[in-house]
Amino acid sequence: MSLVTYRDALNQALREEMRRDPGVFLMGEEVGVYQGAYKVSRGLLEEFGPMRVVDTPITELGFAGIGVGAAMAGLRPVVEFMTWNFALLAIDQIVNSAAKMLYMSGGQLPIPIVFRGPGGAALQLGAQHSQCFDSYFANIPGLKVVAPATPADAKGLLKSAIRDANPVVFIEGEMLYNTKGEVPEGEHVVPIGVADVKREGTDVTLVAHSKMVGLALKAAEELAKDGVSAEVVDPRTIRPLDVATIAASVRKTNRCVVVEEGWPVAGIGAQVVDDIQREAFDWLDAPVLRVTGADVPMPYNKHLEKLAKPDVPKIVAAVNRVLYRA
Amino acid sequence: MATKVVMEALSPTMEEGRLVAWRKKEGDAVSAGDTLAEVETDKAVMELVARSDGVLRKQMLPEGATVPVGALVGVIGAAAEDISALVGGPSGGADVAAPGVGAGRTARTAPGASPEDRSSAAPTPVPIGETTPASATGRVFASPLARRMAAERSLDLRALAGSGPGGRIVRRDVEAAGAQAVALGAEAPERLLAATPGAVRAVRPAEPPGAATAAGAPGAIRAGAWTASPAGAPVPGAAITTGARAPQPALPASAQLAPPGGYRDVPLTQIRKTIAKRLGQSLGPIPHFYLTSEIEMERAAEMREQLKAHGEAYAVSFNDIVVKAVALALRQHPAVNAAFLDDRIRYFGDIHVGVAVAVEDGLITPVIRTADRKGLAEIAAESKALAAKARARRLTPEEYTGSTFSVSNLGMYDIDEFTAVINPPEAAILAVGRVTEKPAVVDGAVVPRRMMRVTLSCDHRVVDGATGAKFLQTLKLMLENPLAMLL
Repeated sequence: MSLVTYRDALNQALREEMRRDPGVFLMGEEVGVYQGAYKVSRGLLEEFGPMRVVDTPITELGFAGIGVGAAMAGLRPVVEFMTWNFALLAIDQIVNSAAKMLYMSGGQLPIPIVFRGPGGAALQLGAQHSQCFDSYFANIPGLKVVAPATPADAKGLLKSAIRDANPVVFIEGEMLYNTKGEVPEGEHVVPIGVADVKREGTDVTLVAHSKMVGLALKAAEELAKDGVSAEVVDPRTIRPLDVATIAASVRKTNRCVVVEEGWPVAGIGAQVVDDIQREAFDWLDAPVLRVTGADVPMPYNKHLEKLAKPDVPKIVAAVNRVLYRA
Repeated sequence: MATKVVMEALSPTMEEGRLVAWRKKEGDAVSAGDTLAEVETDKAVMELVARSDGVLRKQMLPEGATVPVGALVGVIGAAAEDISALVGGPSGGADVAAPGVGAGRTARTAPGASPEDRSSAAPTPVPIGETTPASATGRVFASPLARRMAAERSLDLRALAGSGPGGRIVRRDVEAAGAQAVALGAEAPERLLAATPGAVRAVRPAEPPGAATAAGAPGAIRAGAWTASPAGAPVPGAAITTGARAPQPALPASAQLAPPGGYRDVPLTQIRKTIAKRLGQSLGPIPHFYLTSEIEMERAAEMREQLKAHGEAYAVSFNDIVVKAVALALRQHPAVNAAFLDDRIRYFGDIHVGVAVAVEDGLITPVIRTADRKGLAEIAAESKALAAKARARRLTPEEYTGSTFSVSNLGMYDIDEFTAVINPPEAAILAVGRVTEKPAVVDGAVVPRRMMRVTLSCDHRVVDGATGAKFLQTLKLMLENPLAMLL
């Protein structure tokens, strides 16, 4: 084990996979000479050269399309979006080309591509640059959606995503890049579609992914002081979702709060709640509650922005409600 | 407009009622206030009255049927009015348990009718928000987990109070009920079930959970009601015998309670259920301690004989004298005339003495109000009248609630002394033994004296040892010197 930042864990994954497979290449705005807007691709141009670390113009739809074409031709492109807010321009290539090609070609054209970049809000970037699109992409059959919370999961899941035969939407956390965590030495691969229990508990299950895992763990600490034992389940992959692990946890704790950064309507939490009510109905002692981002465009004002985001007190309050303590 | 007649809560603790007899027939004209039927509550037989004018169009229950509070009992409407909408409603007789079958359970006794079947077949007629109290509709709101736990423990959800929003029964309520069953000292069903969890699960897929619930009365009560039948033959009046029981999904708990020689299960009457529940709330949670004192009753007995010589109007029982003395002693010791209320102790201003009366299948404590301000004759007359009403099951709720201290006397059964279980929320109860001649030492000589032993059960959260002892001292002084009661 060694202590590694989230960004360096992603860098390790890219480097290892590019060394392992000459078909893997990275493409995007500022990924080469500038070494990435968030320095995820540091040193890659130097090691692999401009044929495999390609700086693109500011043309998301264009380079996403080139990526899909390259995948059709048998390469394994990794397309970096500076943030997922900009990927809205490329959504036609992601949804209509990448996600559908295998199906519409009758299985002849697999698209082994990774679209990656930071999602969600950072601090005071305004309504257009502070958005969480996890549920947009999770809605699309043909895509896999991964959103790791820790450096170890980031590394292991990016390696799996690159090796996967399907298009994978890989959503990182802008506020997570600088966080540190233990990453196993050597080959470390985390399978897609497997949740991880980040903290064991007996009284309530907190389901959270990406940046929300950290909040959920802090909330669990707070609750522990109050005698409440919270279990934190990180699905890690949004599609396919590891319903079995979530349901097993809820059967144990009988109560659940789902935390997500995105908007409430048709969000990831709505899907999780649907799965729980079917898979764990007879074990529920309270309705499942959700803590989500506020149902508004993200305010620029920093006080309002804080109010619009999930935080530890909101999670604790929801837990108290499902425990009938409120 | 046609209106529903529903089972009303005719006592403060009533959860279900048995329709003893109809007093109006279908087609009879009724006005608001008329008695429609007699209903046995958990305490007494009460009258169910009409709340509107019209014709009793439909009796929804046969006599003898038991239904929860809120269930549809009948329909009052105009003579020619179409009442099919009301009659076809969800409570339209579906919730009725045939008299004598099961333990007063409801629709769940219907073979094959799982709760799921019931809910799909009978949509709730009114939208029910979270804040709708369960009693208003007769429906029980419980979390899915609480329902499953209750089914596995053979607990009747209707007997539980929900602590969740809108009275929803949640896990902690079922767990608390389980703990109470253990406190009652009976075989706790969950303990027996725990021995064979696989068996419980094995029963469930084949048999709807509702049927499993029907097989067991609330655990602790069930164990208490169990008796062995002499020869294993069907007992007249008994609901179930070993053989007849076969189609029922036997719970492991009941299997373990089925020794060779058979048995008979007697369904609990309403009063028996209430006794079991109330006493479970007492000896479990209330820390009891006991103080016993022997009292010389010579002068009290002489007083009684002298009074009786003046005729029946002057006849008083030992118990009446005890009640009077207790009331006066309480006035001197208000600390004993109290109740423990979680975050405070309530000291009552008035002294209302409950007098336990044995009735056919249980006991009930009618109340002599402001007993400290009543004369002996008045206490005697009231006590006699109340006891007669109690035995006829005709006490009204006002007559058996609101006591601040209770007296239980088993002297007439030749009991020398015993301990009584506190009647919550009271802080103490006096158990009175018989008056009997015993050798006593007076001035160095052994002489016969009429003696009586009393035992005070105290709630230690309210009454300490010395407090209770001083109260008993005062009581002893008054009973040994009845003239002191004049002071």
